Amino acid sequence: MFSQFLQLTLAGVAQGCVYALVALGFVLIYKATETVNFAQGDLMMLGAFFALTASVILGWPYWATILFAIVVMALVGMLIERIVIRPVLGYPTFTVVMITIGVGYVLRGVVTMVPGWGTETHSLKTPFGDQVIRFGGAVLAVEQIATIGFTAALCLALYLFFRFARLGVAMQATSQNQLAAYYMGIPVQRVNMLIWGLAAAVAAFGGILLAPSAFVHSNMGFIGLKAFPAAVVGGFGSVPGAIVGGLIIGIVEALAGFYLPEGFKDIAAYVVVLVVLLFMPSGIFGETARKKV
Amino acid sequence: MSFFVVENIGIRFGGVVAVGGVSFSVNRGEVYTIIGPNGAGKTTIFNLIGLIYPPTTGRILFEGEEVKGAPHNVAERGIARTFQNIELFEHATVLQNLLIGRHRHRRTNLLDELLFLPKVRRAELAQREAVERVIDLLDLQHYRDSLVAGLPYGVRKVVELGRALATEPKLVLLDEPSSGLNPDETDDMAFWIEDIQKELGITVLMVEHDMNLVSRVSTRVLALNEGRVIAEGTPAEVQAHPAVIEAYLGGGE
Amino acid sequence: MRFIFKTDYNQDIRLFQHGGQVFWYGLLGVLLLAAPFLVSGYVLSQLHFICIYAIVGLGLMLLVGYTGQISLGHAAFLATGAYTEALLQAAGMPFFISLISAALFSAAVGIIVGLPALRLKGIYLAIATFAFNVIVEEIITRWESVTGGNSGKLLKAIEIFGYRLGSQESFYYLCLCLTVLSVLALINLLRSPTGRAFVAIRDSEVSASCMGINLARYKTMSFALSAGLTGIGGALYAHKVGFISPEQFTLIQSIELVTIVIIGGVGSLHGAVLGAAFIIMMPQGISIAKGWLPDTIPQAGLQSVVFGLILIGFIVFEPYGLYGRWLKIRTYFDVFPFYRRGTFRRQRNYLRSERLR
Repeated sequence: MFSQFLQLTLAGVAQGCVYALVALGFVLIYKATETVNFAQGDLMMLGAFFALTASVILGWPYWATILFAIVVMALVGMLIERIVIRPVLGYPTFTVVMITIGVGYVLRGVVTMVPGWGTETHSLKTPFGDQVIRFGGAVLAVEQIATIGFTAALCLALYLFFRFARLGVAMQATSQNQLAAYYMGIPVQRVNMLIWGLAAAVAAFGGILLAPSAFVHSNMGFIGLKAFPAAVVGGFGSVPGAIVGGLIIGIVEALAGFYLPEGFKDIAAYVVVLVVLLFMPSGIFGETARKKV
Repeated sequence: MSFFVVENIGIRFGGVVAVGGVSFSVNRGEVYTIIGPNGAGKTTIFNLIGLIYPPTTGRILFEGEEVKGAPHNVAERGIARTFQNIELFEHATVLQNLLIGRHRHRRTNLLDELLFLPKVRRAELAQREAVERVIDLLDLQHYRDSLVAGLPYGVRKVVELGRALATEPKLVLLDEPSSGLNPDETDDMAFWIEDIQKELGITVLMVEHDMNLVSRVSTRVLALNEGRVIAEGTPAEVQAHPAVIEAYLGGGE
Repeated sequence: MRFIFKTDYNQDIRLFQHGGQVFWYGLLGVLLLAAPFLVSGYVLSQLHFICIYAIVGLGLMLLVGYTGQISLGHAAFLATGAYTEALLQAAGMPFFISLISAALFSAAVGIIVGLPALRLKGIYLAIATFAFNVIVEEIITRWESVTGGNSGKLLKAIEIFGYRLGSQESFYYLCLCLTVLSVLALINLLRSPTGRAFVAIRDSEVSASCMGINLARYKTMSFALSAGLTGIGGALYAHKVGFISPEQFTLIQSIELVTIVIIGGVGSLHGAVLGAAFIIMMPQGISIAKGWLPDTIPQAGLQSVVFGLILIGFIVFEPYGLYGRWLKIRTYFDVFPFYRRGTFRRQRNYLRSERLR
């Protein structure tokens, strides 16, 4: 019983890490520009495809594919910001959301049209393969542990980046007060572009970690839709909240899949988000804001 | 029975006491002005009266009964207000803004309106007539069909006032009616406030900085500083009050 | 340039502002009535869809364009309407009963969504509505005893008072009739206090509330009306396609519905109809365009790409939608040669405080 529970929880945490990463990228963009990026899941998908190309088609070693995917997606993210998002600066939130949805459609369509990618499902395995370790009667996949480990490492890296690197501090500044950031000489528009690049890179990383379990295909991004409940649960606009929220959603899903009847697993995340929105809209770490009249 | 009484109203935002224990009462038919330096809590008191924030302490009585519930309940009692930073309906015309002000006088329900029964048409014409009277008073004919979004600031202030008047209130709260207006427009505003009081018989509770305007139209004045009352009386009395002078100009002369 | 000289308050309220409008809408009416005799069976079939999506578009426009709320889950109301119609028809109910029930049930569900939504704004509301959509879809799939689950439900042709509406023409007239009634109902709503209350909520909730508008009641009303109208569209949709199943009512469909509102032009009734027409005719246009493309480009993802590009394109270049473009063209000719490009410039809110409505 306990070993079952442990296995489920671990699987949930591993899946939750993927949600956390997508939610993280999405919260980064939201904090900086108040833009809600519905295409975050599709960026994850595109990142997985680039990794696939490097690994399977070009035959590079694993660490190189990760690097390749991250760098390429960072460029894609910056490009999207520059071409599509910047012209609509200042438009109502809903409008910008719809633009990101449009971007998602374009990404999915383009991926289907690329020869070699197409509409098939591809497999992208990690070097860990199917290794397992046995712990207290439970069978734990090394892949899942690796996912958790990589995510933790990335979070640490981002924390250090935002705390100590000049660019990281600048990004924090633009998130909190764009006008003041301008006055301090920070090139806000360029920083926003870089934030999109960073968010896309994080999403790509998430896609690579997700690939072994979910396979790489053009509709993979829909898994990323669950990043929204994750961000809401953790508290919109809170970076640690995104991580915590992602983990919570992942665990709830895993447990629901086993202990609850069929079908609950798919909607678990959405039920959780509705409950949170009803009773605690600002989530765990979030803050509410209202207009002062 | 007092017309409008504020008893010991107070609110704190976290650790900050924005308004602490303010009490005053307004008599029917007078123009009662609240003055005070910036941050004294004047607009906050208006927001408390309008039930936009719930007060931490105290209560508000209008015509003997407590004012509580949601902001729309306040409007239904006959209390209207304007906003310091103008909260008009930007994507509607001036006429529609004023007609929305008539909302509390509607007598038709959803089903009637979907079918646009004759009684809906009659009600619409009656509302329109009422609104036209406000337009006449404030000389807004020229702007009747203009979208608010494109109007100059001075006109928007007048529309804001018109919308409050369209509700046919018994008490109107004016939040800095002359801020941002040039001397001509301020003059017009003074005349309108006098008209509101004398011709329309509406009681006016006002927040204002322009001391000329205050002296000209006010019956009584309340001076606030840092969320508390420091003086009350006629305009002349309050302006001469030492605590008021200190709050505005600093101690020592 | 036309100048309308008004001497009566009634002139502001009435449906048609001047003789020219009566003429053009009259002409449109005649063409629409004669359509079955003028166009091919295929075009008539597309007209069915345009009417259905116009009704749904009107419902969504009321909620999004006029009350300022967001719904990324409107396909759920389409589903409630469709399934109610299917179930009641199978139970032998006459058409008008089942249609009204579909509308009322959808409206009731709309209220269920609207109530918690009162406290939610912007992105939170968007996420809540799409979470709701996913859950409804799952309920439909799992509740097999009632909805048939993934096997779906079949519908027979509509029967009104014994007369079977089996032909394309008869179904067309039914759809057309309902569309016109919906438009009229909404026009009536918008020129009366309730419609103005919706607009007030859209533009400034705080001052709407201070003007005596009960936010809770009106927002819920807007959700209910919007859902009810969408439910009617759903019932017609069910008969049109003849077979309904859960995968026709997913997030993808919800996004398509929102696109109708955006392409048509937020905040105008014409926009709902124009947007519906555009969305229905778009796959046609894409098929035609596919013929021009070189064969080396795979066709599979093209629809997705084009849809995305159109959505982005409209928002960036035509924020006022198709109806907005029409207005701009008409204004150009109206005030020629005094037309200025800045006439329709969209206001941008750069300050965070302004965006927090």
